[in-house]
Amino acid sequence: MRSEGRLALWLLLSPALLWLTLLIVLPHVDMVILALSERVRPRVYEFGFGNFAEFFKEPLYWHTFGRTVAFSLLATLATFLVAFPTAYYIAKLMRGRAKSLAFIACLLPFWVSELVRTLGWIILLRETGVVSTLLLDLGITGGRVEFLYNDAAILVGLVYSSLLFMVVPLVTSLDTLDDSMIEAGYDLGGNGFDVLREIVVPHAVPGILSGSIVVFMLTLGNYVTPTLLGGKNSLWFTEQIYNQFITRFNWQLGSAFGILLLVASSGIVWAGLKLSRQSLGTVIGR
Amino acid sequence: MIPSIRRSATARLVYGLYIAAFFVYLFAPLVVVAVFAFNDSRFPSPPWQGFTLDWFVGDEPGRLGLFHDPALLRSIGVSLKVAFFVTLLSVSAGTANAFLLERGRFPGKGVLYVMMLWPLVIPGVILGISILLFSSNLANFIDDRYGIEVGFLRPGISLVVLGQFAFITSITTTIVLSRLKKFDFSLEEAALNLGATRAEALATVTLPFLKPAILGAAIVALLMSFENFNTTLMLVGSESPLTIHMYGMMREGTTPVVNAVSLLLILGSGLLAALAAIAASDRTR
Repeated sequence: MRSEGRLALWLLLSPALLWLTLLIVLPHVDMVILALSERVRPRVYEFGFGNFAEFFKEPLYWHTFGRTVAFSLLATLATFLVAFPTAYYIAKLMRGRAKSLAFIACLLPFWVSELVRTLGWIILLRETGVVSTLLLDLGITGGRVEFLYNDAAILVGLVYSSLLFMVVPLVTSLDTLDDSMIEAGYDLGGNGFDVLREIVVPHAVPGILSGSIVVFMLTLGNYVTPTLLGGKNSLWFTEQIYNQFITRFNWQLGSAFGILLLVASSGIVWAGLKLSRQSLGTVIGR
Repeated sequence: MIPSIRRSATARLVYGLYIAAFFVYLFAPLVVVAVFAFNDSRFPSPPWQGFTLDWFVGDEPGRLGLFHDPALLRSIGVSLKVAFFVTLLSVSAGTANAFLLERGRFPGKGVLYVMMLWPLVIPGVILGISILLFSSNLANFIDDRYGIEVGFLRPGISLVVLGQFAFITSITTTIVLSRLKKFDFSLEEAALNLGATRAEALATVTLPFLKPAILGAAIVALLMSFENFNTTLMLVGSESPLTIHMYGMMREGTTPVVNAVSLLLILGSGLLAALAAIAASDRTR
């Protein structure tokens, strides 16, 4: 190899290596080391699994973790159920300009900061908010109703912030389904449900899986939506991590929590990729 | 429409109503944020008490508008500063990475590519805490060993820039890379044959070709930096960027001034989205 080419290669390689080593790899190694440091005396630490034992000993911790994972799975399913009819409508029942407009309309809200979208939900759902006022004025409810600070509010917010990441892959995969396949399903005597179950959904599986992977990952790591819409009842694991790091200043336990969340997140992503036989590049490199 | 399949009028109506409800769900939060920015009330909620511009230009205590609220203006300034550096750094590094992946021949390139995408899979909070503890340990080590206090390794603007850079570079890399993959290498060879040096060929042929992608990557980086919350939350020092400041306001309850800021954010991101779309359509030519 010419020395000039070698020099150029190293010049191009150095930003990437600095970035990945100093900001990704070493910080994570450090986090693992810290998570495995057990406090034996004040300011004295030894190698051990004490922080993870602490996690299993304290019901609040593993309860919050289990709740966050289960809630994220539920939110992923709910996002799919909400997004699928719309994606099918856009991909199969719309044409031309209307279709691209509807598709762009689905993307637009997600250019806006998550905080702004959450503020919208707070104004809609709080006790003195738009929905409560509307129901009162219409005479449907006798008094004001607090819609905020419960699990349903968190779910509504999480589904909302995830929609884009489900609609786009669904529309993309349904677009490639030939209309004649659907027609054939009906010609062979199937009803709407048969066609959906035997033809449409199986064809959309890659889109469903890649959408679900991204939605699950983002929901699990979400912070703003559960804490603002759920208030004190949110019990979200990212909030526990924040508390350990910033409020309690227990970085060892916080690191252990961080690793648990990272393992749960990467584990599901990995399983989803294996299941759908896709690579990381095709799912998030879009 | 698939014309050969007949559906009952009721089924069509129900489906149509669902789609309408879906788009109401999609836009209702943004609409109420915008509307209540103009409500003449101390709280961003109904009832409607008349139109006012106070939440933008008001300067009385208790009715402080966005343009007279020093804390809010300062946080916007911090966000702009962070976004400027993140954009500059992540677009430069992303462009270098794209050339490396497309032109470089070296062992372990596939692994490097996956590594470059990996930051997008790490939850933002985890990315934040890992950088926080690594930089703090490093700063403590330097302090203990050499007695030098390295300020930029402590929570603050510099760490926020590094934290955001750590994952935004993955995005800028993929944007520039996908454009570079479409580049016809013979164009550069032609320039070289015509007597251009490598640097000249790069500046006059390759980089102009990449310009729309670099521009698009810059817009996306700017927006993602400005709107980032999770990673920033863990690395922030005494100077809060806008998102952190807004979060505090929303937790404690606030006047509609937060709606006024949000409306500006909606308009700003709409404008950037339009610019990005223009840059993207330029890319297909």
